[in-house]
Amino acid sequence: MTPVNWLLQGGQEILGILLAPLLMGWVGIWRAWLQNRRAPSLMQPYRQLFKLFHKEVVLAETASPLLRVTPYLLFGCMGLTASLIPMVITDLPLAGAVDVIALVGLLSLARVFLALAAMDVGTAFGSLGARREMLVSFLAEPALLMVFFTIASLNASTSLRFMVTGFAARGFYLYPSLAFAGVAFLMVLLAENGRIPVDNPETHLELTMIHEAMILEYSGRHLALIEWASALKLLIYFSLGFALFLPFGLTDSQQGWGILGALILFLLKLTVMGAGLAVLETVSAKQRLFRVPEYLGTAFLLAVLAILLHYLLGS
Amino acid sequence: MPIVRTLPGTVPAWQETVSREDLRNLCLGQKERGARLVSLWGSDEGEETFVLHLALAVQEGLCWVRVPLPARDPTYPALDDVFANANRLQRATHDLLGLLAQGAADGRPWLRHDAWPPDRFPLRKGEGGEAYPPRVREPYPFVTVSGQGVHEIPVGPVHAGVIEPGHFRFSVVGERVLRLDTQLGYTHKGIEKRAESLAPAELIHLAGRVSGDSTVAGAWATAQALESILGRQIPERAEWLRALWLERERLVNHLGDLGYLCNDVGLSAGFSLFWALKETALRTHESLVGHRYLRDQIQLGGVVRALTASDCQSLREECVTLEKEVYRLRDLLQEHAGVQDRYLGTGRVPPELAARLGLVGLAGRASAQAWDLRVSCPTPPYAQAEVRMATRTQGDVAARVAVRFDEIFESLRLIHHFVEHLPSGPSHWDDSPPLCAGIGVGWVEGWRGEVFVALEMGARGQVRRWHPEDVSMSNWPVLEHAVQGNIVPDFPLINKSFNLSYSGQDG
Repeated sequence: MTPVNWLLQGGQEILGILLAPLLMGWVGIWRAWLQNRRAPSLMQPYRQLFKLFHKEVVLAETASPLLRVTPYLLFGCMGLTASLIPMVITDLPLAGAVDVIALVGLLSLARVFLALAAMDVGTAFGSLGARREMLVSFLAEPALLMVFFTIASLNASTSLRFMVTGFAARGFYLYPSLAFAGVAFLMVLLAENGRIPVDNPETHLELTMIHEAMILEYSGRHLALIEWASALKLLIYFSLGFALFLPFGLTDSQQGWGILGALILFLLKLTVMGAGLAVLETVSAKQRLFRVPEYLGTAFLLAVLAILLHYLLGS
Repeated sequence: MPIVRTLPGTVPAWQETVSREDLRNLCLGQKERGARLVSLWGSDEGEETFVLHLALAVQEGLCWVRVPLPARDPTYPALDDVFANANRLQRATHDLLGLLAQGAADGRPWLRHDAWPPDRFPLRKGEGGEAYPPRVREPYPFVTVSGQGVHEIPVGPVHAGVIEPGHFRFSVVGERVLRLDTQLGYTHKGIEKRAESLAPAELIHLAGRVSGDSTVAGAWATAQALESILGRQIPERAEWLRALWLERERLVNHLGDLGYLCNDVGLSAGFSLFWALKETALRTHESLVGHRYLRDQIQLGGVVRALTASDCQSLREECVTLEKEVYRLRDLLQEHAGVQDRYLGTGRVPPELAARLGLVGLAGRASAQAWDLRVSCPTPPYAQAEVRMATRTQGDVAARVAVRFDEIFESLRLIHHFVEHLPSGPSHWDDSPPLCAGIGVGWVEGWRGEVFVALEMGARGQVRRWHPEDVSMSNWPVLEHAVQGNIVPDFPLINKSFNLSYSGQDG
């Protein structure tokens, strides 16, 4: 490992953290356009973060240190996860450090702390949100793991790096199992990021909230970190999707032009898929909460079908 | 034997005076014949007497029952076992005037909260002078449910969205609602006290401010009562224009509600489509009469602005485009599986329950309670227009949505009809008639349901007692039944499908 590698690793980390609010802004713009509304500026999420960082933190009297630690922990988890995913370059020093199972674990760690902190103050809405979040995530997690296992069996490795380079080495090839896994992954992405049809990030109705209900007690820089971590999480899921299902353009070279090309392709994918997410959200309604198990059950089933297909067809 | 006195005016109404001993028998007998309690209120008649008033809707029209009560013992037998909606009306009457319903199942305060001491009654003569009476803190005893795994979710009175204040106490197991207890009264303004000794013109202005989204209905009902006391008809053109504004009010509110009902299921695109239509209609109001929500368009003896031929033309054209757009949106909602899944079967009020609880208005019609004043008791412009009543039997959110769509189309047809055949002539009285004492009623089908007004004028032409009743007062308790057995995240949707007025019920 050369210093250049570490430099690139650091570069990707910073890129991810800085890019995440932009992705949120982009999705927001498309949502507004699709609803015939005038869109906010692309920079709006940054302004929001700037505003929140300059506001005072107000804590409930009953808040324990857990509530104060959670925003940093959440941001740390997401920041670390972002550095593990090959966004532009495949052979980064940290990419080989952990496999996808550890990655799912990291995401779970963040979630457990968020849910615990939500119950910390003891308001009705916090525990309501925590309970619902757990309902969603304990169903989404197995589906996500099955998606990973499908791709792991295709490439005989659970390391993200080899999963990505494995595809690249074989060139263009159609895998029927990947189609099922892809749909399952998309469904999990929507559920895990609190998007419609599972949760509505824009709602003001306290009683219907999932993610928003958990963070009602936060303010100031704590809220900013949580919002930023949520944006980062969406970017992580997008990058994961690109790495696993649309890996074209990822480079293993450390030449300037190769990296630049891969970076442009990555941004292009984000642009297209961000708009796609907004379209998907605009045309669907939010499901009744008790439909969510069915929805995630379907995602899990699709992922299982994907892995079965792989073993049956050998492809 | 009750003394019966027929009231003048367009609403078929009469007044009966009975003793409090005969009150229950009268109510039981009327209930047997299918009567419904519209309102219950009280008045301080001075000279050591109080009077309890009831308004009953019967087949032939409106029956106003007076029950004199002695000042040293202002009590009457409770009626909440006869008419379910009497519960909160009795409690409100006690808070405001100190008339006590004996044997009532629920004796908790309703409108008072902690705003004034329990032994003070602001509607009594000579009371209510001070702006800030002493406060006595007392907790409101909510209905509780006990059992394993039952817990409570308190919501409000301050909400995350910009809506009116109300407190909802849910008893839930997991996500399932076992029971909802509502506490309203946060927007009690003492508007009935304010009305005392006002002149007629001021009263109509005040009536338009009881509930901002029903300003035409409230003002019209009050004007109707005043005009019946004065014993003079208003010009035909004025009646038509009032009906025109009432239908426009219905149209605008229904469009807004349908937008909200899309928003509450996360379909923001539907929200903006409906609200774009609502906004067009509001801007038309702005350009025609200078107020987006048509406030202060009704005056004693007519309406403020006469429409020109070109105004009528633009209203007609708007009807055509709106109809086309709303048809398109209805198809969109009907074919959206996700939306229909949320609407169907949610917040169901079966017809039997609706009849027992006295559900009326738009929500009532969605539960097979076929009552629409425009059809059941039509006043002039509606009598000729042959209004088609929209009813459904399922009583769920989907039914309330369907009734709203039907009523939009019917309102558009009526608006078209009204501007097409608008009679010529003056649109208000040219002179102001001499003021006189008397009693009168107003009864108008607003967009939520009926708006009732009882009015008593004093000898010098000033208000002695004015009591407006929005249909929300009777319908709010039904919401508590509608959410039972549903899940917590469906409450906002069910609530919005009723969309009852806080301000209108708090008074």
